[in-house]
Amino acid sequence: MARIIVVTSGKGGVGKTTTSAAIAMGLAKKGHKTAVIDFDVGLRNLDLIMGCERRVVYDFINVINGEASLNQALIRDKNCDQLYILPASQTRDKDALTREGVGKVLDELSADFKYIVCDSPAGIEKGANLALYFADDAFVVTNPEVSSVRDSDRILGILASKSRRAEQNEEPIREYLLLTRYDPNRVKSGEMLGLEDVQDILSLHLLGIIPESKSVLSASNAGIPVILDEKSEAGQAYEDVIARYLGEERPHRFIESKQGFFRKLFGG
Amino acid sequence: MSLLDFFRLSKPKTAEIAKERLQILVAHQRVERNRPSYLPQLQQELLEVVRKYVNVDQEAISVKFEQDDNQETLELNIVLPEFQSETEEVKDEQVNI
Ligand SMILES: Nc1ncnc2c1ncn2[C@@H]1O[C@H](COP(=O)(O)OP(=O)(O)OP(=O)(O)O)[C@@H](O)[C@H]1O
Ligand SMILES: [Mg+2]
Repeated sequence: MARIIVVTSGKGGVGKTTTSAAIAMGLAKKGHKTAVIDFDVGLRNLDLIMGCERRVVYDFINVINGEASLNQALIRDKNCDQLYILPASQTRDKDALTREGVGKVLDELSADFKYIVCDSPAGIEKGANLALYFADDAFVVTNPEVSSVRDSDRILGILASKSRRAEQNEEPIREYLLLTRYDPNRVKSGEMLGLEDVQDILSLHLLGIIPESKSVLSASNAGIPVILDEKSEAGQAYEDVIARYLGEERPHRFIESKQGFFRKLFGG
Repeated sequence: MSLLDFFRLSKPKTAEIAKERLQILVAHQRVERNRPSYLPQLQQELLEVVRKYVNVDQEAISVKFEQDDNQETLELNIVLPEFQSETEEVKDEQVNI
């Protein structure tokens, strides 16, 4: 039986796809057979971030409609043979997703995979609802910013009421916080919400803080999940996230602001 | 005060404002989330019953749901039309369910 992880946020552009790619690669690198599914039907992007866009033949919707088998549609990652990508359709819209169809695909994958990572689209409509419906764990990706925190709270409400686990009165989805695009310097100067501020409001189990980092853009330019950039802070932060998710205890990093040259000079 | 502090002070600490706004907003959002789904229908049916006796309009009835650690209460407010009372036109009835 696979463990199903949804990467979700409500708000768009906060780093769900970046996170999905990184954590799927992280889990696979640890030797766990992992599939990552793009639920953003009509706006597929995960294939680009994973660098497999030219190998897409069939997609998620083709599998749901029985036009291709799972094996035909799954793309094996070029960097890690334990990792497979199921791309979203580029030409269809979210109505092509059905709960039965998604359930069937997840069931079939469950037999063979250890982890299934669902990259949710933004919003709280059909695509996002289906991405979280079957989840066991939710990684709530939040930026330290008012609209993102509010939307994360909305998503928590949906996880608690509109998921399979909620509807069938099973043990609730485990919710984890990933605070991304964090800038400790701006937090220190009082212009950005800090970890404690966000936790005072959401109080979730913190899996990690991903700092704002130029390496995320370089990684997406190259089509390589940022976790493989072991020198980068974002890469290391995602590495920590995986270790913590798998049960290891690691202190949180990248929270402290670095004392810059001018700060030292002026004694800030 | 260092030179840098001086420049910093000239900027408001907007994160604090953000946090306060979020706390209010999210508290509100969570109350809404726990609110029973039958409220609108309850309000409508109550209106019909009240109208058998007093001619009130749609806005005259409000049902508020509140929740604290040990109890949930429904606060029902019916504002009666002006001519019903000489001294004060607004008369509140409270029913706790
Ligand atoms: N830690 C980070 N540091 C710097 N840039 C980041 C970071 N995380 C994400 N980004 C950038 O933010 C943008 C949005 O990221 P991403 O596509 O992962 O978000 P998303 O939540 O999947 O968006 P959508 O809601 O549209 O699906 C991208 O340009 C990405 O490079
Ligand atoms: Mg995305």
